[in-house]
Amino acid sequence: MENFGYLFAAYSVIFAAIAIYVVFIWRRQARLDADLRALERRLADLSNSINPAGPANPERLPGGQA
Amino acid sequence: MSPIVRTWLGIVSVVLMITALYMVFVYVPTEATQGIVQRIFYFHVPCAWVAFAAFGIVALSGVLYLWLGQDVWDDLGYAAAECGLVFCTLVLITGSLWARPIWGVWWTWDSRLTTTLLLWLLYVGYLMLRNAGGDNPQIARLAAVVGIVAAIDVPVVVVSVRLWRTIHPAVLLTRQGGHGLQDPRMVATLLFSMFTFTVLFAWLLMLRLATVRAQTRIHRLELGLALAEAAAQDRYSEARSIERKSIRSS
Repeated sequence: MENFGYLFAAYSVIFAAIAIYVVFIWRRQARLDADLRALERRLADLSNSINPAGPANPERLPGGQA
Repeated sequence: MSPIVRTWLGIVSVVLMITALYMVFVYVPTEATQGIVQRIFYFHVPCAWVAFAAFGIVALSGVLYLWLGQDVWDDLGYAAAECGLVFCTLVLITGSLWARPIWGVWWTWDSRLTTTLLLWLLYVGYLMLRNAGGDNPQIARLAAVVGIVAAIDVPVVVVSVRLWRTIHPAVLLTRQGGHGLQDPRMVATLLFSMFTFTVLFAWLLMLRLATVRAQTRIHRLELGLALAEAAAQDRYSEARSIERKSIRSS
């Protein structure tokens, strides 16, 4: 089992790097979801300021997910 | 691409990776000269293959972006460059870990190693440029040109072991022609690992492309919403001023 340490290190680095990259993508996706929710709130506020009697939340806006 | 397809591709990648590990550590025989450390080869070469494929996609999407001007090609190039850089980094690290026990050094300025390091630096530059540019279309066009020019280094890396005197072995395409793998099980394991890494790369690219596309859309929505808010604010100010005037005149 000569040089097993190098073999173990090489495969560990590969799996660690892939795992870190997947976590990085998921975290970025979570941040984008938060940005999207903030945009929906801003859209609702804008909608209310233009037409106070109109739809109060983005889900009731045209194109929103009812 | 739907989230269900991405999920299934992730599950398939994990299953293939477990099978590839079984083949590398159980199925394939130990190489006679180098011993157990030669097994790094079965993941080192697929990492290189995937990095080259990724940089090919960057170049192709760069051409399509310059030609058609559609954001999707710019986003694809960015996502592929990032994935390619991850695998290119792994090529350099695993190569170094293999070189230490076999050559006695962590690094040598060999033609294959040097051109691979150059490739890595070129795509680091591409990503730095792309990140600095944000949504600026001029920077996106410049990054597309960098992506196309940088891809010229890919064939140079591939043929470097045949063009120059080098310490790096030419296993897949030997200088005498053919491949240098002694056992059919070694060939089968290498091909299976390359397929596994291709599926893994496709999954990572889809995940990353989805986030890059979402980011582009959110930035555009933010800009549109800011303009709409400004317009609404202007209308409100205008209405208030008319109201004040009408009060004064009455």
